[in-house]
Amino acid sequence: MLRPFLNFIDQRTGLVSAIRGFLDEDIPASAGWHQVLGSVALFAFLLQIFTGFLLALNYAPTPGEAWDSLRYIVTQVAAGSVIRAMHHWGASLMIVVVVLHMAQTFLWGAYKKPREATWIAGVLLLLLTLAFGLSGYLLTWDNRAYWGTIVTTRIMSLAPGGSLLLRMLGADGGGIGRVAFARFYAAHVTLLPILTLGLIALHVYLVRKHGVTPAPGDERLPKKKFFPEQVFRDTVAVFVWCVALGLMVALVKVPLGRIADPTDTSYVPRPEWYFLFLFQFLKFFQGPLEVFGAVVLPGAAVAVLVLIPFIDRGAVVKIQRRIAAISVACVAALAWTGLTTAAVLTTPRQPEEDGALETAAWQRIPASQLAGIGVFRRENCSNCHTPGRSQPAPDLTAIVVDKDANWMKNHFKNLSGMEIGALVQLLTKRTEDTVEACLKAPDEAARGAMIYYASQCSSCHSLNGEGGDVGPPLNGLRLRRSRDWVKAHFAAPDQFTPGSEMPPFHFSPEDLDRITNYVMSIPK
Amino acid sequence: MINLLAGLVAVAAAIPTAVYLLLRPKSRDGANWIEVTDLSKLRVGEPEEIVYNRKRMDGWRRIEEKTSAWLVRTSETAVVAFNPACTHLGCAYHWESGSAQFECPCHGSIFSIDGKVTAGPAPRPLDRYPSKVEGGAVYINPESPSAAARSRARSAPSQESA
Repeated sequence: MLRPFLNFIDQRTGLVSAIRGFLDEDIPASAGWHQVLGSVALFAFLLQIFTGFLLALNYAPTPGEAWDSLRYIVTQVAAGSVIRAMHHWGASLMIVVVVLHMAQTFLWGAYKKPREATWIAGVLLLLLTLAFGLSGYLLTWDNRAYWGTIVTTRIMSLAPGGSLLLRMLGADGGGIGRVAFARFYAAHVTLLPILTLGLIALHVYLVRKHGVTPAPGDERLPKKKFFPEQVFRDTVAVFVWCVALGLMVALVKVPLGRIADPTDTSYVPRPEWYFLFLFQFLKFFQGPLEVFGAVVLPGAAVAVLVLIPFIDRGAVVKIQRRIAAISVACVAALAWTGLTTAAVLTTPRQPEEDGALETAAWQRIPASQLAGIGVFRRENCSNCHTPGRSQPAPDLTAIVVDKDANWMKNHFKNLSGMEIGALVQLLTKRTEDTVEACLKAPDEAARGAMIYYASQCSSCHSLNGEGGDVGPPLNGLRLRRSRDWVKAHFAAPDQFTPGSEMPPFHFSPEDLDRITNYVMSIPK
Repeated sequence: MINLLAGLVAVAAAIPTAVYLLLRPKSRDGANWIEVTDLSKLRVGEPEEIVYNRKRMDGWRRIEEKTSAWLVRTSETAVVAFNPACTHLGCAYHWESGSAQFECPCHGSIFSIDGKVTAGPAPRPLDRYPSKVEGGAVYINPESPSAAARSRARSAPSQESA
């Protein structure tokens, strides 16, 4: 049944014979588990193309909207967070397997004559993989992405010709804007994949041309076939890699921070984990030496990597006797681990709001307006001013309120000055958020805001863009302080913050809960 | 064994892919009533195309767009609202006052004032939006395109039997 069909195809394309020829390849008797990593790296790359394509279906590659669309992917699109995690962790695990592949080739001395070109193509593929990581890092457009890429571009500017490179990247203006973003994206999804596929083709062709590297003394042993034994090993290795990826996707949350904020100078950027060692390494070089740590030494390291086959030109020997190579690999691994650990240990804990978390409109408006909503509700204003209806009294969410404060004072009659103030804030500064908050804000939050407003917290603290700067801003307080701390702090501020000018506040237990809940619910 | 492992990997990748591509994203669009005109501006037997603004989620963006609907006042107190797209292939139809019917210029579908197909290739009557009259104002509740597709899919079998 199948055979005539395959014959039909083969007579017209030769594809079936080509695949058979590929699988029937002779491989040395010593071939085994240590040679599966190249296949895994290839699989990892193809999976990145696949998941990257899926993400692109719901992704808008412009600053700002990139973050919106990624948030849409992880919060609204079915299985979107899974696909995104597959792409994110797939990239990390691809780096792991590419580096292991290179380490194996290095340890076994498989780069020796005549396989120098195969090795160089491999080094270039490693660099391309890292370029994928760098360019992809920006595309989430959260603070991490933005500030991390800013640092990367500053490092590039140290290199000779760096300013030209930055001009080509559209990032020579100091910041990362639309042009730079478009170019990072273009590189990530068009240029780099094409170059990588081409180099992979060359790499695999060269592996086939020279054959899998035999162990010394192997040449006289009878050859094995690639299929089925080695194909089986490759498949098992790919499977194990996939299980690792599945576990990462299932167990480790991929962060999406808040949308990139070029004015947020408090953010301390860190690169992706596989670049942390370079970041730490750079700390040894300060001032005029910086260019050494950032450009000269990494450049020299890459050059040495490329030239290894021409430096180590001895005959192929058994891995057990490659003491120098093993030592170099061990020192490199130790240095990498040490630098990475040091970088992790010195990374400040930066509590960040989860960008995927929904914020409601009432969490975004100033306290005075939410207090106004509280007054509006307590006074049952909506009995007549019903949202969505213009009868019997105007729909305040739809008409433009052009009355002045005096008119309102008259209109509200029996309210206190504070309450009128809150209503004026609400009614004269209408935004989409205030309208939505009018309809949906929980009563308890509105009451909390009324207490906040009546206590005049905003004369010292800022919250959602309203208030003074005598005390610390309260946006994101929940990331810095525990609920209990905040609660206890009201009654005796100077016990918690020596020298604090904040007067003590003694609320009833219910009010204390309300105002605490309120300030703790406002995101950064 | 090779086939088994490769099959497992393929299935593990295919499941989230199928879910990702085939299931609808969670919608953030709530149904909402929009005040579009005053009842006093409509006359029985004279359909009006009214233009209004609506906000809706377009993927990850909340957009505000100008759109229209055909309103037909059916009595002192009631109004029917029609989706302005012909049910054949989505062209904009219009009201011919001379012949007192809705005509679609694309393929000649003709609908009576109550939306029924009287001629042409249209497969079903004009789609209706929920509408109501309150305090002299006309409100309609136009569904987002995705919600409309959903409700059409639900009501398709019963439409045929009707």
